[in-house]
Parts: sequence; C-alpha cells; structure tokens
Amino acid sequence: MELTGAQALMRSLEMSGVEVMFGLPGGAILPVYDPVLDSPIRHVLVRHEQGAGHMAQGYAHVTGKPGVAMVTSGPAATNIVTPLCDAFMDSIPMVVVTGQVAMSAIGSDAFQECDTTGITMAVTKHNYLVTDPADIPRIVAEAFHIATTGRPGPVLIDLPKDVSNATMDWYWPDGVDLPGYRPRHEIDPAAIAEAARLIRTAERPVIYAGGGLLKARAAEALRELAEMCDIHVVTTLMARGVFPDRHRLCLGMPGMHGNYTAVTAMQQADLLINLGARFDDRVTGNPAHFAPAAKVIHVDIDPAEHGKVRVPDVPVAGDAKVAIEALIEALRPGDGSSVTDAMADRSVWKSTVSGWQEQYPLSYDQPSSGHPLKPQYVVEQLRDHTPDDTIVVAGVGQHQMWASQFWQFDHPYTWVNSGGLGTMGFAVPAAIGAKVGRPDRTVWAIDGDGCFQMTAQELISASAENIPVKVGILNNAYLGMVRQWQELFYAERYSEVYLSADHPDYVGWAEAMGCVGIRVESAEEVVPAITKANAVNDRPVVIDFRVDTEEKVYPMVPAGGSNDDIILGPEGDADAALKGSAPS
Amino acid sequence: MRQAVVSGAPGTNLSPEESAVVSLPQEPDLHIFAAIVENKFGVLARIAGLFSRRGFNIFSLAVAPTADPSYSRITIVVDVHNTDVNQIAKQLDKLVNVINISELHPSDSLERELMLARVGAADLEAVTDVISEYGGEVLDHADGEAIVSVSAHPDRLDRCERQLRPFGLHVLQRTGRIALRALDADEPAVGMTA
Repeated sequence: MELTGAQALMRSLEMSGVEVMFGLPGGAILPVYDPVLDSPIRHVLVRHEQGAGHMAQGYAHVTGKPGVAMVTSGPAATNIVTPLCDAFMDSIPMVVVTGQVAMSAIGSDAFQECDTTGITMAVTKHNYLVTDPADIPRIVAEAFHIATTGRPGPVLIDLPKDVSNATMDWYWPDGVDLPGYRPRHEIDPAAIAEAARLIRTAERPVIYAGGGLLKARAAEALRELAEMCDIHVVTTLMARGVFPDRHRLCLGMPGMHGNYTAVTAMQQADLLINLGARFDDRVTGNPAHFAPAAKVIHVDIDPAEHGKVRVPDVPVAGDAKVAIEALIEALRPGDGSSVTDAMADRSVWKSTVSGWQEQYPLSYDQPSSGHPLKPQYVVEQLRDHTPDDTIVVAGVGQHQMWASQFWQFDHPYTWVNSGGLGTMGFAVPAAIGAKVGRPDRTVWAIDGDGCFQMTAQELISASAENIPVKVGILNNAYLGMVRQWQELFYAERYSEVYLSADHPDYVGWAEAMGCVGIRVESAEEVVPAITKANAVNDRPVVIDFRVDTEEKVYPMVPAGGSNDDIILGPEGDADAALKGSAPS
Repeated sequence: MRQAVVSGAPGTNLSPEESAVVSLPQEPDLHIFAAIVENKFGVLARIAGLFSRRGFNIFSLAVAPTADPSYSRITIVVDVHNTDVNQIAKQLDKLVNVINISELHPSDSLERELMLARVGAADLEAVTDVISEYGGEVLDHADGEAIVSVSAHPDRLDRCERQLRPFGLHVLQRTGRIALRALDADEPAVGMTA
C-alpha cells in the first residue's frame, strides 16, 4: 500500500496506540494535518505550542501513556523546547513531531527554518531528523520505545515537508533494533542481599521515595515493603501520592520546603533507602552536609544516577518495582516469623520521629474575618471540598509548595507538577492534558497569578474543546516566591516582583475565554466558591483567590544550606510559625 | 587557564612566541575512552554536546569509521581532574547511538598520535636528525622550512615537539591520540563492554 509520508506518520501514531495528540498546524507540518482529518486520533488544538507540550505532559503524568504533541517548524519548534526540557528533567514519556523545511532548503536559512534537532539535542532522550519517508514507521516505533522504556523521557521527530509529501510503501516493523539502547538492567541479587542486610541492621532507616516509583507503577510494592519492615517513608515533590499521606508511616515531603519531620528524619537517618529519586539539590540542600550518618541504598533504572550526587553504599540498577519485590523476597523470613523480629530495635527512633511530628506539624494562622485570606487555608478548603481522587496540578512557586504541603495525597497519579525544571505556566495546560487523559476525574489546577499569566490562553482551547478543568489562582499580586527570597535574603528590597493587584481582571479575563469566573476575597467566600465551581461541568472555571501578599512558605532550608539549618517560621523558631491553625 | 582544546594538544597552531606563554598551571588527569558509535550524522554533535552540558572536559578526540562502515570508533581523551570517570562513561552509554564505551588504561593499551609540523629548517640536517630519532620523516622542504611527519606515542610526540621548538615551530597539527587495548590486557575495569 502506497502512502505519503504524512499518511504514514499518522498511521504510525495510530499503530503506536496514540489516542490523543495536542498541536497547532503551520507551514512545514501542513501535509500531516491533512490526514489528521481522517484519523481516529483525537487532536486538541492549542493556542500556543508550549501549551501543546505541557498538555502532553499532563496527559502522560496521569495516564502513564506517552503524551504526543505535533507542531510546525521554526518558532513552533522553539516554543516547544520548554516542555521538552521539562519532560526531560522529570522523566516524562513524550513524543513530539515537528515540521521542518524541505530537505533541499535545510541549511539555507529558509522561512521558519531552525536547527530543531540541534536545539533539542540537549533536552531530549533522543531525536530524529527524518530524511526518507520509508523510515517513518521505524522511527515512530523507535521513538515510542525510547520514550516509554528505561528512564522515560521525551523524543522528538523532525519531519521535513518534502518527506511528508513523498510516498512510501507502508509497513509496520515487528520490533525495534537499537543496538546502543539497553534500558533494562537485571537486578543484581548480591546487591539485593546486601541491601536487605543493611535494612535489617539499620536503627534509623528512612525510605526516600521518588518519582521513579510512579513511572515503575510501584506504589503497591512500596507500601508492602514499608509496612513489612515498618519503615517511615518520605515522598519527594515528584512522588507525592505514591504513598498515602494518611498512612501512619508517611512523613510527607522532604526538602527545601519540606516539613520538619521529613527533613530531619532524613538528615539523622543511619540508612536512606532511595527508591527512584535522584538526590536533587532541593531535597539534599548542601550535599556535603546531607544525611551525614546515613548509608545509602539507591535503586534507579538509570545507573548514571548512582554516584552523580551521592555515592551509594549499595547501588541497585533496575526497575524500582522489580527491585522492591526482590527486596521483599530477600527480607521475608523462611520460617514464617515476623520480618520485624529480625530487625534492629527501632523503638527510640520511632518515638523520636513521632515526637517531631507532634511538636512541628505544618501549620499557619488564618485569623477571623476582616483579615487577609491565607493561601494555605484555600488549599485546605479545596482539599476538603473536592472528591478524594481529585487530580491536582500546580505551576511553580509558593502556590506549588502550599499545594504539595497542605493537600492530602492518598492516591498515586493525582499530583502533576513541574519539579526539576520549575516551569512557571505549567499548570493550566498540564491540567487540560490531565483532564483529557482522565475525563472521569475532577481536575483542579492550583496556580499562582504570575504563572497563570504565562499560559492562561490555553483556557480558550479548553473552552473550545469542552475540557472542564478548574483553576484556583492563589493571587497575591506578586511573583511570590521571588518576593519571599527578596524579603529574606535581599533585605526586603523588592525588585521587579510586584504584578499589580488591579490588573488583570481575572473574572473578566476568564469569562472572555469562555470560562466561569469567580473572585474570592475573604475566608467566608472560599467554600461557597469551590462548591459553585465543582458544580460546573460544561466549561472551565477560574477562581481568583485574593490571598495575603505577606504570606511565606515555611519551613525553609536556604538554598545551598544544610538541612540542619531548617527555618521553621518567620521568627526562625518553631513557636512563631506553628502556633496557629485554620478557623473552625 | 589550562589550554586544552578539541582535537589537539596545547600550543596547536601557535607561533613560537605564543607557544612560549602556553602554560598548564593544573596538571590534567587524562583518561582514555574508546567508544563504538553508529556512523550517523549528528552523533559527534551528541557526544560533544553531552560533554559540554555535563561539564566534562575533552582533551582530544579522534573519530573514523571502523572496518564495518556502519560504525565509527571514537577515542576520547578526557581531563577528569574534577569529574568522576564513571559518570562520563555512564552518561555516554545513555546516548542511543553509542553502542559501547570502555576506558583504556595506559598501562595495558597501545597509543599513537600523528603530528604534522611546519618547522624552520635553515639547518635541514639537524631537523632530519631529530625527526629520524622519532621514526618520522621530512615530507617537504623549501626556502628554509620543512614539513615533517611523526607518528608515535603521545608522550614521545610531546618530547619531539619540544626538541623541534628551537628550530621554530611555525604550524603544528596533532591528531589527538588513538588507542587500542593490548592483546594480553584484561577486560576493562569499568562495567562496560569493550
């Protein structure tokens, strides 16, 4: 069967199991947009190519399937570089197709030409420039294989216009042949045995659960290991939800804005069991002072993570789920006795940890009416007045930290955010992608006002395509996290962080984009607004929560500092920050 | 700053006066990697880009197709004084087009490098004596200059270069080293296949 390259591309995407793609047409990709009309694949038309990338990421986050985006050449390709980099940092499986000028024009500075494969080399797991239409099925098959296996990541396919227009004899490859790509690593039994020995003898062990566990679909295995060994679990920003916050062993989020117990338990541990995390600087603080007494077991599917930041005592290269199951097998006594009987006595450690939890809970103070609305209060009310399995999507900044801190994540794949790259503007398009992937779920974006202004136009896409996401803006009229740093570290010299309390009119803007718009200025209005938003199912909703400008994210470990130097609150001591609680 | 550049040794293409000021305040800690890669366009850019963005320091790099022209063999000499050797190997191994990577230890490898140089040859006989000592040859001479060629172990080439300097080293081109594991050498210590 003879197909054009463009038809072969769409057919290859169908063969790869693609159900939805996000994109925006333009000159060089025009040939491919013609067969889009005939394809069963749903295409979501975005308003800016960055939106297509983040939507594909949000879709991938909640479904576990690769997100797919398609845009044209030149500026469209450069617009999608940010999502590619974001997906690369957070190991999100994604396949992006870009149009390219005709082969004969490459290198001539043609209209809308840019060196897309050159530009994206550093932010993709792999990329391709297609030079022959006969290669399209093979390349698409390889791209999905690379994006979804091993440590997942984004793959880009750059497709010149003449290659799309030329014809080829259709085939679909039986498999892929990539001699240099070896994503699977057999779990080393000796490493598992040694890890099991360390777990048995540790007196202060902590499981350091990372985003890799979600990629490995290992939430249940993690729970079995933690419960079997009775070991506390911290969940990194990328791993929120992989272990239920309500679980007695869950210590919550560690790191720069982690809670005191999670940060300090890691810091004082004698064994860190790192499952799919990468010793990110936002978790470790100054790595030279991080968890100084801890031995380290490091399970990662990417062996290059072993020793990149911290040299592990026991590196385990391989799939986290397989590794955890092997660990469980190695730890289970043959005689049917309790696993914990064979373990070191941890009673002192347990009571120390619960002492911290009691003494240093996350907290804030929402005074009675007439006082500014606290952003943490908004997050708590959203948490308490939405379904238990609501998907929460955040941008980057203070609101992201408050969302992670004050939401209660009890299910995997309910938290979507930009962790590694820290991409402001991520929330709105990623929430749309998440809602497309899980139309059965309520999807709330908790966004900042700075972030919202970067990508809000995608709500027009959501209105046009009936994708009813909900957006709660924690609007403090500032680039809040930058303001916080300027207040704390730059002597309150506020440089270029004030965004305006008057502009834009978020309600008017939301309505202009086809959304329901609501403004909330006091604590009393919060729950009614959320209830109203939850009742809307035929269009997006935007709530402009006018929150306290002065509020800061605590606890905080200053960048580059030691986790021993955690700042608990405004006065630098526990009592000041931790006395208050939400109004009843 | 150390004068380390791609595809060459310190002093490449410098006049005698310039060569005199070249200095290496911090001794490089050079390690040799051999990589078999798919012979496709862009592969070298992927490797160079990886080194650049991970902050690895390429000292020299030589690349050419293997006996099977669908693959190329790359010899990369890396200055690892501030980098973990294993990180370099493991990051390189992640590139889809890299088939395998191994570290070659100088003690069990054979290394060679080729040098072409345009030198002052007012005394051609003296130049020829130096070149002959290193098994090289004079390829061309005219108007008091000669072009010489020497292939030797890179350390020997360094010595040869120093001996040629007094004659006036007008143009220097070295290829960067290539290396193969010796026939009786053990398998590589780094956990990668050779």
